[in-house]
Parts: sequence; C-alpha cells; structure tokens
Amino acid sequence: MTTDIQAALAQYIAAQILKQPNRTVQPDEPIISSGLIDSFHLVDLALFVEDQFGVRLDDAELNREAFDSIAQLAEVIRQRQG
Amino acid sequence: MPTFSHILRQAYAETPERVAVHLLQNRQPDLPVTYRRLLGGAAGYARALEGAGVGPGEVVILILQHGEPLLHAFFGAILRGAIPSIMPFLTEKLTPEKYRQDLAALVEVIQPAAVVTYPEFAAEVRAALQGSAKDSVRAVLVSTAVREAEPDFAAFPGLSRAETDVVLLQHSSGTTGLQKGVALSHRAVFNQLEDYAQAIRLTPQDVIVSWLPLYHDMGLIAGFILPILSRAPLVLMSPFEWVRAPYKLMQAVSRYRGTLTWLPNFAYNFCAQKIRDRDLEGVDLSSWRAVVNCSEPMHWKSHQLFLQRFALYGLRPDSLATCYAMAENVFAVTQGGVDAPVVVDEVDERALLAERIAVPLSLAGRPPMAGGGWAGGEGRREDHARPTLRLLSAGRPMPNTRVRVLDDQRRDLPERRIGEIALQSHCMLTGYFRRDDLTAQAFHEDWYLTGDLGYLADGELYVTGRKKDLIIVGGRNIYPQDLEWLASEVPGVHPGRVVAFGVFDEEAGTEEVVVVAEVETDDEAGRARMAEAIRERVTRGADVTLRLVRLVGPRWLLKTSSGKIARLANRDKYLAELNGAG
Repeated sequence: MTTDIQAALAQYIAAQILKQPNRTVQPDEPIISSGLIDSFHLVDLALFVEDQFGVRLDDAELNREAFDSIAQLAEVIRQRQG
Repeated sequence: MPTFSHILRQAYAETPERVAVHLLQNRQPDLPVTYRRLLGGAAGYARALEGAGVGPGEVVILILQHGEPLLHAFFGAILRGAIPSIMPFLTEKLTPEKYRQDLAALVEVIQPAAVVTYPEFAAEVRAALQGSAKDSVRAVLVSTAVREAEPDFAAFPGLSRAETDVVLLQHSSGTTGLQKGVALSHRAVFNQLEDYAQAIRLTPQDVIVSWLPLYHDMGLIAGFILPILSRAPLVLMSPFEWVRAPYKLMQAVSRYRGTLTWLPNFAYNFCAQKIRDRDLEGVDLSSWRAVVNCSEPMHWKSHQLFLQRFALYGLRPDSLATCYAMAENVFAVTQGGVDAPVVVDEVDERALLAERIAVPLSLAGRPPMAGGGWAGGEGRREDHARPTLRLLSAGRPMPNTRVRVLDDQRRDLPERRIGEIALQSHCMLTGYFRRDDLTAQAFHEDWYLTGDLGYLADGELYVTGRKKDLIIVGGRNIYPQDLEWLASEVPGVHPGRVVAFGVFDEEAGTEEVVVVAEVETDDEAGRARMAEAIRERVTRGADVTLRLVRLVGPRWLLKTSSGKIARLANRDKYLAELNGAG
C-alpha cells in the first residue's frame, strides 16, 4: 500500500512541482534537504496529500525533520490513515 | 533633527507599556513586545557590544531569524551608535560552503566589527571568518549570552550620533549584490518615514501586519522601522512560517484588525491559490485599508485573483494599492491606491514592446473591452486585432521626490515614452558602503539612475521592465551572471556558452529562472544527467529554484558584436521556439 502512495507522490512531485514528468524521484532520495522541493512548493505538497489521501500535514511538519523523502512521507500518510 | 536613539528614548519615556510588536511564534502564543521590553532587550545588546569593544560608527552584522533577539540586537546596535546590517539566514537549499563564501566576501568589503548570531550558528560564522583580510571582526556574539538591561540613555553613544551619520546598511540579495551595502543616514530614513507616512495617511490607529524578511528593504522599512518609530503597532510573523501556512497572514489581519500590509506580487497569487476555505472560517479582512504591491513587477491579474479569492472575507477592492521602491531611496519612490484606486492603463501591446510607446486604448482606435490582462482571444480578430496590456500604475511620486524618464543619451523623454527611470529625493543613500566606485556609477548629475524602465502619464509612473538583466523571483533580485557562473562549473558546460534569464510565470505571478547551455553531446541520457547537474548546482549555489534547463547544440546562443552573451535576445529566441513548438 505504501508503494502506491509512493508512486502517486513521486508522480505528483515530478510533474507538478519539478515540471519534469519524466524525472524519476527515488523513494529514499532527499527531497527537502537537497533543495529539490523549495519552500514555496511545500504547501502544494501538503494540499496534494490532503486531497489525495485525506491526511492533513501541519505546517510545522513541512520540514526535513518531519520527512525528507517520499518513503518517509508515505509512511507518515499510511500511519495516519490508520 | 534627532537620531533613531532620540526617538527610541522618547517612546520608552512616553509609552513604555504600549505594544511595539506583536511577535507571532510558531505553536506558541503571540508575544507582545512593549517599548519597555524592546528597549530593555536592546540595552542588553548595547552593553554586550560595548563589552566586545564595538565602537560607534562600526558595522555589526546580524545573522538571526525571526524572533525577539533580532529585534533587540538591531536596536541595541543603534543605541550603541553602531551600524546594524541584517543578513539572510542559511536556508535548506543553499549549501553551507556557498553561504560561507558569500559571507566571507561580504565581510571583506564591509569590514564589520562584530557578528551577532545563534549559538548553533556561531561555528558556521567563525568558519567563514577564517583566512586573511577578515580580522576586522573582533567578536562573534551569541544571542543566548546577552541579558536584558535597564536602559541608561545618557550613557548610549547612539544619542551623540549626527543626523548625517549612517544608521544602517541594507544588503540587496543575490550573491554579487551581497557585497553592495546600501548605507542610509538617520536623516534619509526620517525623511522617508515622514513623506511615506503622509503618502499612506499613516495614523497611530493603523496596525501593520507583515511576514516580510527584515534583510529586504520592504520588510525592514515598511514592515519594521516605520511602525516601530511611528508607534503604530506591528504584527510580525516569520517568512518561513508564512510560506508554509499563508492563511496565518489572513488570520493575523482578522485577529488584530490589521490595516496595512506590503506584499511582493507573487504573494497575491500565492495567497489566492494556496489557502483552504476552512482556514479562513470566521476571518474578516474588512479592516485592511491598503494591501500594497511592491518590490517586483506588478500584475493586474494578480490583484484580480486576490480580490476574487478574498472579497467574500471582507476584502475591499479599494484596499489594493501599489508602490515603487528601492533600498537606495530608503524605500518608496511612488505610492498609488491610497487616496484613489490604482490607475490601470490599458495600452497597445505591440507599440509598447516594439516602439516603446504606451499608446492608451482610447487612441489605439478601438472601444474598451471587457476581460483581462493579456486581452487575447476575441481581441486579436479582424480590424480591432490589436492586443492590449493592462498596466498597474505605481502611483505618484512622494512629496520631495522627483522622477524623470530618460533616453539612452540621458535626455528627458515625453509622456508615455519608455526610458530609464531616474530620481532625486531627500532620502537617497549616503553611498554603497566602502564602494565609492559603485556610488559614483549610480548617479548622473545628481540624479540616481534606477536601471528600471518605465513611463510617466498624467503624473502616474508605470514601471515596465529593467535595463539591467536582473531576474526578480518572489521579490528577490537574482543576478544572471551568478547563475551562469555556477552552471558553467558543471563538467561539459563552458563559460560564455551558457545563459540565464527570467520568464514571467503567470500562474505564480513572478519570474521563473531559465538556463540555456550549449553542449557537445547528443546522447539523451548524458544530456539529462547534465541538466540535472545544472539544476542542482544552481539551486544549491544561489538559493534559487531552477527547474527549466534547456540544453542546445553548438552555436545556438546569440552573442553581441563584442562576443558577449546577449541575454534578452536569447530569452526571446527561447520563448519563440517554445511557442513555435506549440
């Protein structure tokens, strides 16, 4: 199930945030500390996660301490989905 | 004329319990900072700077994020008679090595006596100070080691400063610009505050709400010094928090009955697009009397988006305002939208772009049309097939400020002709700190040459572009040569064969950076790797997100007759190919 979440996140980030639909974002690739997703797009990611998975990320969680890869974010989503 | 310290002493004596700043803090209650508390904290820093041997007239660099220590350290340096300069903090994008290099380069030019920072960042600062020619710094003060003190105004050297002395340095962002500190005198800042207060009809009943960083002129002057010295309460939130939770700005305006806010153009789009309805429940924006668009090119459509999104929450159409400002003039040059709605000039697009004349719609031979911005679609058909542009006026020059529009020979241009904007005022910079050469270049016969292009019509100023190849992303100035230099560090990319420029992104309401580089290889995988390496190098080296990288074959790039890369011509070529490809 987390692999589905990971795939959806990877596709969204590549197409909508990076504007490179063919770019592969690896599950364990750093996405915040690497500067791949800049601060202006963190809120987009949070809105996508909420629309897609019904999980609300608090703005205080939009940093690398809370998650820094697709795998980590998928895990946060899975846990909250119960 | 008094100095900053005199004004602070007066506020402390007359209204010690009045709240100067409501400091919004993440996941903690708002912190009301009274003038007593502000100056008690500042007195602690003044004493600590004295203890560190920092004397009047010396520069103190502040590397502190949003929070009480930044407020205290700034005014503490003032009371000490020293010259504070707020610097951006290291971000997640930027590599520490690059930050260190930039800081070291800045220190070499500015020769500060001290740096104030957080304990966890002190090692980073000390590392940057290693090496030759940086021994001006006698102390790295750590914020946690500074205790508040009882202000003893008689003992503060700040009260003995002359009104013509430099009170603060502002650094424009961008790596090259980092070394260009705009030095402003007490007199220049007071003149600006007085004129600007009049232009925006500021009263003590106003409440200013701001999320802007204080290392930027708009944040430092409009969102910090103006309210504090005028004793209009300031509600201050962190830019890091705003960008993750833009709804908090609306909630703060509602909660504090905010009346004035300054925003760069992209923020209108950002707020309109990225706030959920449920985060606006109960929010009332009817107290906002001016939301001022400033510091990057302003777009009619951004105002419309903002209005459409927030009208339901009480936002008034007449609260949308505009301003043209620059650090070299302390802040504002013009102000629009306060006494009357912002003037919208609908002009012939082709005449504007090709002939550099703003021909108003009424003279362009067709009736006014409904609809917006780029009046495409039906406007491009048959006889009235003249596309138009809607330009927002930046307003009228402030009192004591004169604006001219000059041609390439620096002669005055008639109304509605586009040329370089030049200005004269009584709040100009003293100079670029320790860079007299740059100061001399910036003036022509006592007129400051802004490098911005625009036109005048009926006393209103319209800013249409820039003479310099500067890119502005989210209100932040980016120098293309810095990005080109970073990109050319990637193996296979060569200096002189790479170009960086900005293209307007209508959805975001700001510019997006593009890099085009000539490469030898045709191999697709090899090209993809290089493009990725360029993105990474530029993003992490210049703290600007680079997404659009285009790799082209040899001899694609256009050069000037002297062999330099022609940025605007290459930008046009890039856009033409993009549109041609559908």
